[in-house]
Amino acid sequence: MNKIFSGSFLPITTVILFIFALWYVGTVVLNSPFQKDVYKRKGVDNYTYSQLIKDTMSQKRPVLPPPHQVMVELWNTTVNKKITSKRSLIYHAGITLSSTILGFLIGSLLGIILAIAIVYSRTCDKTLMPWIITSQTIPILAIAPMIIVVLSALGIQGLLPKAFISTYLSFFPVTISMVKGLRSPEIIELDMMKTWNANGFETLLRLRLPSSVPFLFAGMKIGIAAALVGAIIGELPTGAVSGLGARMLQGSYYGQMVQIWSALIFASFIAASLVTMIDLLRLSTLKRFGQMN
Amino acid sequence: MNQVDAVNINNLSLIFDTNDGEVHALQDIDIKISKGDFVSLIGPSGCGKTTLLRVIADLQMPTSGSLEVNGKSPEQARKERDYGYVFQSPALFPWRTISGNIGLPLEIMGFDKSEKMERIEKNLKLVNLLDFKNKFPWQLSGGMQQRASIARALSFDPELLLMDEPFGALDEIVRDHLNEQLLDLWRQTEKTVVFVTHSIPEAVFLSTHIVVMSPRPGKIFDIIKSPLSSNRDLSIRETSEFLKVAQRVREGLRSGHSYDDEK
Repeated sequence: MNKIFSGSFLPITTVILFIFALWYVGTVVLNSPFQKDVYKRKGVDNYTYSQLIKDTMSQKRPVLPPPHQVMVELWNTTVNKKITSKRSLIYHAGITLSSTILGFLIGSLLGIILAIAIVYSRTCDKTLMPWIITSQTIPILAIAPMIIVVLSALGIQGLLPKAFISTYLSFFPVTISMVKGLRSPEIIELDMMKTWNANGFETLLRLRLPSSVPFLFAGMKIGIAAALVGAIIGELPTGAVSGLGARMLQGSYYGQMVQIWSALIFASFIAASLVTMIDLLRLSTLKRFGQMN
Repeated sequence: MNQVDAVNINNLSLIFDTNDGEVHALQDIDIKISKGDFVSLIGPSGCGKTTLLRVIADLQMPTSGSLEVNGKSPEQARKERDYGYVFQSPALFPWRTISGNIGLPLEIMGFDKSEKMERIEKNLKLVNLLDFKNKFPWQLSGGMQQRASIARALSFDPELLLMDEPFGALDEIVRDHLNEQLLDLWRQTEKTVVFVTHSIPEAVFLSTHIVVMSPRPGKIFDIIKSPLSSNRDLSIRETSEFLKVAQRVREGLRSGHSYDDEK
């Protein structure tokens, strides 16, 4: 009992319940104009409020679907569908996930290389850093179609163009945190390497890189969530037929809010799982190097 | 064999350019340290004792004057790994075990694996940490960590050991204990030691020569050759000989340091 009140269980549950309550209120408020319209056309004018509330929860194309409707859709498109089916969310998530992971891996590698260049070369620091920051001020929604179009003109299609958009979003947090991590060794530690006449490469390998590991994981945690957003956005402007972004796009074409919401919730579930995975990787790495106490 | 001085400093000065103008960190330093000596640099903070040690280690460039370490320029001595440096804090890498930390300079210097293991073992034994070789730094007390850092500085067998207030952060009981061990280690290895401290008993207990420095500008005020025998233990601190040397150091510190301009 004590554990429930002292842990994070109570605060999290409270917030979730609050969100659900707000969501249900929103459902009634947003869906009732259409429902009243339906009643009017059918000539029903003696409806009760409880009837109205009930009907706003079970519309076929609601403005805001209630949570349970989304849950039913999620259940039907995951557990009740074969994974190979075009209507399975797991199938679509798999498509998005593969470009997320590929883009994230390229982005992390790029981020690490850029950070090393920036820390070791003043010229790179002065020339690259402003552009790296500028790159993130451009709306990704504007750049995504251009990347896809340019790459397809060069004959690159399929997974890679979408992955590049993930890369574009995920390299940034990794670069910034790695720069900080590579610069985290104290002067005393750098002096010590100097007394041993260690060269730049040895200092990188044996001091700067190991020191930056906690920073790398912090950057990757943000980077992987950004990579997923990038992959979804990469599917939006291209008329992609599969992937979570495509599901959301189709949902908006056909006014299928339930479909959009279930794709959205599934996407956030995936994002949370990816971040948790990075965190577990971090914990096991730190444990291996004796830094958990 | 032609005996070269371990450290030979002539007329050395170092001026820092700061926002408030020039600061004379070191002025007209003259000192000769023979092989096998244990020399303490003692003085109040700001007297340049750490700076002097850093100049010997080629971590700082003097403005003028000449300086030789083992008959070479400090840069050459550093590149030939003639000295081991022990810093104020242990600076052990938290991602390496104790033996991994002690092996770090050996890896950088390209010792082969069997020799590396041998040297790690030998130096762990020297500082009594053999049982802790697979522990991580945070699992050791502050005194043990500093002992590990001494083992690391000795791992590649340098002739000269430079120590910058290595026991400054430790409590007095641990410090006494480590002083005894260090003296023992010095007698065993016959290294030359340059030791920065601001503790009078520590300086007198350890040293064959005590260099008293005074601040603003950083200068050598007095060099005392200790009359104490090199075969000493902590009880020597009660003898009148010891107290006489300590008294001379204290007087030197007092007259070299004008307390009026303390900000």
